[in-house]
Amino acid sequence: MLYSEKVMDHFMHPRNVGVIDDADGVGEVGNAKCGDIMKIYLKIDNDIITDVKFNTFGCGSAIASSSMATEMIKGKPLSEALKLTNKAVAEALEGLPAHKLHCSVLAEEAVKAAVKDYYDKNGIEYDRSEFPDCATCAHCEGGSC
Amino acid sequence: MMIYADNAATTKMTKTAINAMLPYMDITYGNPSSLHSAGQRAAEALADARQTVADILGCAAREIYFTSGGSESDNQAILSAAEAGAKKNKRHIISTSIEHHAVLHTLNKLEKQGFEITLLDAHENGIVRPDELEKAIRPDTALVTVMYANNEIGTVQPVRELGRICREHGVIFHTDAVQAVGHIKINVADENIDMLSLSAHKFGGPKGIGALYVKRGITLTSIIEGGAQERGKRAGTENVPAIMGMAAALKESYDMIDEACSKLIPMRDRLIEGILKIPHSILNGDRYERLPGNVNVCFEGIEGESLLLILDSKGICASSGSACTSGSLDPSHVLLAIGRPHEVAHGSLRLSLSHENTEEEIEYMIENIAWTVSYLRSMSPVWRDLEEGRKEHVIQ
Repeated sequence: MLYSEKVMDHFMHPRNVGVIDDADGVGEVGNAKCGDIMKIYLKIDNDIITDVKFNTFGCGSAIASSSMATEMIKGKPLSEALKLTNKAVAEALEGLPAHKLHCSVLAEEAVKAAVKDYYDKNGIEYDRSEFPDCATCAHCEGGSC
Repeated sequence: MMIYADNAATTKMTKTAINAMLPYMDITYGNPSSLHSAGQRAAEALADARQTVADILGCAAREIYFTSGGSESDNQAILSAAEAGAKKNKRHIISTSIEHHAVLHTLNKLEKQGFEITLLDAHENGIVRPDELEKAIRPDTALVTVMYANNEIGTVQPVRELGRICREHGVIFHTDAVQAVGHIKINVADENIDMLSLSAHKFGGPKGIGALYVKRGITLTSIIEGGAQERGKRAGTENVPAIMGMAAALKESYDMIDEACSKLIPMRDRLIEGILKIPHSILNGDRYERLPGNVNVCFEGIEGESLLLILDSKGICASSGSACTSGSLDPSHVLLAIGRPHEVAHGSLRLSLSHENTEEEIEYMIENIAWTVSYLRSMSPVWRDLEEGRKEHVIQ
């Protein structure tokens, strides 16, 4: 089997699929040319993520990583969501094949991009170094996609 | 339930092929190179198998070399023609942009050694044009290698015409016929073919065995050194059971080509018709000049690997040219070569049928593919952008 049971469970029965029309923060990362795009919608109340939904174009592990990441941040304060690492997502999925690890990286980046969008929209100060810039990520660089 | 629709990847071995192999494992198990009677019985069987393959392809037995399969045959054919060319200072090779990697990677290797490679355009329909081959031939062209039928999109090339042009210009013509042999009637003499690669597991034979036809007069270079097997051109004790299985499978598939096609083509056409009812989907490869069992479609807004996983959970075994299924980041070079943009090429699905598939299976596949595409689109941000007009549809 290519994927762990956990990955297959989150792929076949993804949690939190959908769109939040009046989202407080929206983050989209990835590139259709490379084969995966993740979009995460956050509803935030008093610095707590009260609701989260995702849309993903991508392979099984991209959909599973999105599903797992949304589950891991739902109901959590923003400070905790920002601590979510790609490693934690991959571990929660009981591992990803080596060439699929970038899917968990995308999940981490999508969450951060959504939080950043919320900060930007509300004029909240934040430390820019904490937020990766998708445009400079090595994954899609150099025509390797 | 399992519906196997990945026959371009490999086929189920036929009972005939399995039964043809068994006696050569524990009864006639001698080494064909041995002088004793046990060995000689194996050598006779080997000669019979070689004759069977030769009769079907329309050549002489001495023009057939057994190899480990399609990749080895392709490698040896190309490297041999290159070496023969280099001796006459001919270092130009013509091929196509949609060849199998066994051909393309061998050509890359030769390019690094100073050969110049011209890849013919396969156009939007996945078929090369003979006049473009004629224009590409130069005085220093050592080889033209064009696949008979494409492994992904199933398009069948105008081989007879390409061969005729090569012959007129005195250039060696090789064809990778791995996907065609056993499914299309091929006669190497009538079709002006100088070298042809085939692989047994694509037509009901065992894996790890294949053959290379080499027209008399063309010098073959051995790429595996050792004993004098295969007239000194391919060392290593012959895999007699596999060779027997290959010959039996080839004969069986040739004997039933007409019957198989009359069943396969209507099933293929029904499958194409049913799948293309899905909005924003497109057939890859020419509608008519394609293998009798090949269907290859791109769906906008979804990615192929996730499609395959869901189809597998519904009992459908298929394949995709998506990057994610190959372990690389690039989608299929074939789909890119026929002009599909990257994001569309990621959403491809290949179904390759055999005569064992049924009409019920075709209907089940149509229904479940439509459901799965629609389900994946419902969670795709790319699809949402297309449907809400933020991006323009590439496939109408």
